[in-house]
Amino acid sequence: MAQTIETHDGADLRPAGLRGVAADFSSDQRAFKTASWGKAMMWIFLLSDTFVFGCFLIAYMTARMSTPVPWPNPSEVFALHIGGQDVPLILIAIMTFVLISSSGTMAMAVNFGYRRDRRTTAILMLLTAVLGACFVGMQAFEWTKLITEGVRPWENPWGAAQFGSTFFMITGFHGTHVTIGVIFLLIVARKVWRGDFDVERRGFFTSRKGRYEAVEIMGLYWHFVDLVWVFIFAFFYLW
Amino acid sequence: MSETTAHAQSQTAHAQAHTGQQHPIRLYLFVWGLLFVLSAASYMVDYLGIQSYLRWTLILLFMMLKAGLIVAVFMHMAWERLALVYAILLPPLLVLVFVALMVSEADYTIFTRVAFFGAGP
Repeated sequence: MAQTIETHDGADLRPAGLRGVAADFSSDQRAFKTASWGKAMMWIFLLSDTFVFGCFLIAYMTARMSTPVPWPNPSEVFALHIGGQDVPLILIAIMTFVLISSSGTMAMAVNFGYRRDRRTTAILMLLTAVLGACFVGMQAFEWTKLITEGVRPWENPWGAAQFGSTFFMITGFHGTHVTIGVIFLLIVARKVWRGDFDVERRGFFTSRKGRYEAVEIMGLYWHFVDLVWVFIFAFFYLW
Repeated sequence: MSETTAHAQSQTAHAQAHTGQQHPIRLYLFVWGLLFVLSAASYMVDYLGIQSYLRWTLILLFMMLKAGLIVAVFMHMAWERLALVYAILLPPLLVLVFVALMVSEADYTIFTRVAFFGAGP
C-alpha cells in the first residue's frame, strides 16, 4: 500500500532491485522516479543514437566480412611518419586521448555545476569544447591525408573498395556529433557563465526554469560521443 | 501552517535528492586515469602487433571496460534507479541479434562471391 501511494518523496522507501523496476513501471505515474524529464529524454535520444551507430558498425562488419579482397591494414593506413619512422596509428591514439580528456573535464564540469561554482563550471566546459574542436581538427587532418593518398568512397590504393565508404560514413557521422556537441557546449557554457542556472532564468525554447541539471544532460551527450569513439576505435582502427 | 512547513521541508529534501549525482572529484580523476591506462593498453595491442584471437579478445576486453566505466561513472548510470538502467541498457543488446543475422548473411555473400567469381571480385 505504502509503495503505491508515495509519489514525490521518500526515495529511501522505494523498493530496490527487480521489485523496484516492477514498482516503478507499474506505478501509473512517471516510470523514471529519480531522473527528470530532460534527463530521461536525453537518455532515450542516446538510445536511438546507439542504434544508428550500431547499424553503421554492423554495415561495416558485413562489408568487411563479405569481400574476397583483402581489407587495408588500418595500422599502416593511419600511420604517421615521425622522426624518420612510421609510427602506427599514432594520430588515432592522440585523438583518443584528447577525447577521453574532454570527457574527464566534462565530468568535472558537471560536478562543479552541482556545487554551484559558476566560474569553474564554465571554464571546464570551455576547455571541453576546445578539446572537442581539437579532435575535429585532427579528424579533418586525417581526412585530408587520406584523400590526398587517393582514398575515395569507391576505391583506395590498398585493397577492398568498401574501406573508403565505411571510413567516411562512420568517422564523418561521429565527427558531426562532436561538432554539434561543441556548439551545444558553447551554448550551455554561455548560460552557466551568465548565471542563468543561479537565477533560474527560463530557457529560450522550453520556457522551463534553468537548472544546473542542464550541465549534466549536456554531459550525457558528450560522454556518449566519447563512448561511440571507444567502439569505433576498437572495431574500425584496431580490429 | 505546520503542514506547509512540513511540506516545504519535504520539498527541500526532494530538491536535495535531485541535485544528487554529487560525487567526490577523486572518483572522477581515478576513472579518468583508468581510461587513459586502458586506452594506452589497447593502443599497445596494435603497437606490439599482437594478432589473431588474443588481439580480438584484448580489444573487446579493453573496449568493454572503457565503455562500462564511462557509462557507470561519467554518465552516472551506477546511481540511477534500476528501471532507467534496464530501459536504456537492455535494448542495445538486441543489436547483437542483428550482428548474428548479418554474420550469417555475410558468410553467405562471400560464399557466393567466391563460388561465382573465383577469388577476385
